[in-house]
Amino acid sequence: MSTVSPILENSRNVVAAATPVLIEFQGVYKIYDLGEVQVHALRGIDLSIAKGEFVAIMGASGSGKSTFMNLLGCLDRPTRGSCFLEGTDVSQLDKTELARIRNRKLGFVFQGFNLLSRTTALENVELPALYAHMKPEERMARAHEVLALVGLANREHHFPSQLSGGQQQRVAIARALMNHPAILLADEPTGNLDSRTSVEIMDIFQRLNAEQGITLVLVTHESDIARFARRIITFRDGRIRRDEQVTGRAIAAEVLPNLPTVDEDQD
Amino acid sequence: MDFASILRIAGRALKRNKMRSALTMLGIIIGVAAVIAMVAVGQGANEQVQEQLASLGTNMLFIIAGSHQAGAVNFGWWAVRTLTHQDEQAILHLVPTVKAAAVQVQSRKQVIYGNNNWATNIIGTEPAFFSIRNWDFSSGGPFTQQEVELSDNVCVLGNTVVENLFPYANPLGKTIQVGNLPFKIVGTLAPKGESANMGHDQDDLIVIPYTTMQKKITGQDWVQLIIAQAVSRQASTAAQQQITDLLHVRHRILPGQMNDFAVRNLADIENTAAATGHIMTLLLASIASVSLLVGGIGIMNIMLVSVTERTREIGIRMAVGATEKDVQTQFLMEAVVLSAIGGFTGIILGVGGSRLIATLAHWKVDVSTVSILVAVIFSIAIGVFFGYYPAQKAARLDPIEALRYE
Repeated sequence: MSTVSPILENSRNVVAAATPVLIEFQGVYKIYDLGEVQVHALRGIDLSIAKGEFVAIMGASGSGKSTFMNLLGCLDRPTRGSCFLEGTDVSQLDKTELARIRNRKLGFVFQGFNLLSRTTALENVELPALYAHMKPEERMARAHEVLALVGLANREHHFPSQLSGGQQQRVAIARALMNHPAILLADEPTGNLDSRTSVEIMDIFQRLNAEQGITLVLVTHESDIARFARRIITFRDGRIRRDEQVTGRAIAAEVLPNLPTVDEDQD
Repeated sequence: MDFASILRIAGRALKRNKMRSALTMLGIIIGVAAVIAMVAVGQGANEQVQEQLASLGTNMLFIIAGSHQAGAVNFGWWAVRTLTHQDEQAILHLVPTVKAAAVQVQSRKQVIYGNNNWATNIIGTEPAFFSIRNWDFSSGGPFTQQEVELSDNVCVLGNTVVENLFPYANPLGKTIQVGNLPFKIVGTLAPKGESANMGHDQDDLIVIPYTTMQKKITGQDWVQLIIAQAVSRQASTAAQQQITDLLHVRHRILPGQMNDFAVRNLADIENTAAATGHIMTLLLASIASVSLLVGGIGIMNIMLVSVTERTREIGIRMAVGATEKDVQTQFLMEAVVLSAIGGFTGIILGVGGSRLIATLAHWKVDVSTVSILVAVIFSIAIGVFFGYYPAQKAARLDPIEALRYE
């Protein structure tokens, strides 16, 4: 671990002292070969994230944060280096094994929600369980459970088109939670939402992190959203520029009462 | 994913574009229906030909008086007048594979009853003729062996002759004039209809004892034809050889000399007809299969469109853990469901269509279980075959690209 920067070393010591390391990137490079030019999306990433952390990834577009998320989400493999997830080097796995890891270990939340249209909330939530060969009764029970967890118990049979943006994102979170993932990956989850709904989503994330111990990695370019996390990692030009603990962390449950509701806006 | 879920998802995806799914299925429906109907028509025609051939006689052999060549002139059949009743007796008694035989002396005469007259074929023969040729009687019966020996003026009328001479009266026991001679009617034949070759009317004949024919009408001592019945279908080829050998000896034909007779085997003709019918059925089926192929290409086309349209859905499924195999199975299943539903509908339509053809065109059709079974397997195979490439394309999508797809 000679390449680890002093800052990273410091942060690891703070969090990883008590809890085991969940994610570890060692000298990760990602180079896209576009024929005439080679795009160096990641230029040597060394990073570790412990179980139970809530990390915000920041950076301008082109900084490499999307590439980093793709690798973390097991949607892609690095050109060089190793990505360990719970001790397994996922850079060595084949596509089927990666799909299995996405299914069992990871949950995705996207900016555009990415729900299946003309499919009810309940069926959208069940989707990961179908690919995990969960028994139908168990699947139904778990789907009810996670929808209740995000406060949508009474919206199970609604289609995405009948739900508001915030509700759709909560269905997406419920879907991500379906198979008891170790990590929740959220790619600009509040990008399409108004500020109050954004905070509501952050409230759900903070509760999942605190109450269920789910590790959260959140990509955002809004710094006030990043402040809901415990740790902020900033990317620039394919490298980690800053890695720091959040001081004066925002707590969504405290912020929410001070925000105007939609109804008040209309008044 | 379990089979029921895959099937449910496929069903839902197809329901989403009802019109498109229905039109895609139509290709398969028409293809399968066409194959079934065409095979049914082909086999029906085949059976009809076989039935008509069977009506000529059972396991029958013809011994035809031979042709004769003088210099460059070929005189055709019956030019050599060496075939006799004695030959027939020899065949009947000396060839073990022959169980019945009869001579045939043929002529054409005007027959008259009252104000009606009709030109018809006169056949002089023996009582065995009726059983060998599978003739049934609509009234009366055959003349007897005794009547043959006495050269009596008795006759049996074919249905066409009955219709022309006796439009209203019952012919049995009446006397008609054949040429200048009176003949007493002892029986009438049940109709057989047109023969398999060129629609020749088999019922246009009267049958009299061959002795009467030879002595009183044609004045000949030879016969044009001997018909013989083999003991079984298998034995008819052996019988053909044995008869040939026997007649070689009887007619003193040396090796290398031309035969003064010819032996024809009806089983050979039946086999040829069956082979022709089989080729025709195959031809019809293969033409119909082309439309099935086109239907399959339709499936492939729609599935490719569907994969492109649903790129994002594929991305989502992959992100939540669908493997390449899961995605491939899903799209393959959609193609198979399309083709299978199309196939089953096509079967119903094909069977219905065959019945309709049978009723409207009065053709004989035969819907075989085999053709239905083949249609089912074939339509599912088409789904797999033409669904494979689009499914493969879907499975090979890069999840990152697919999720970004607008």
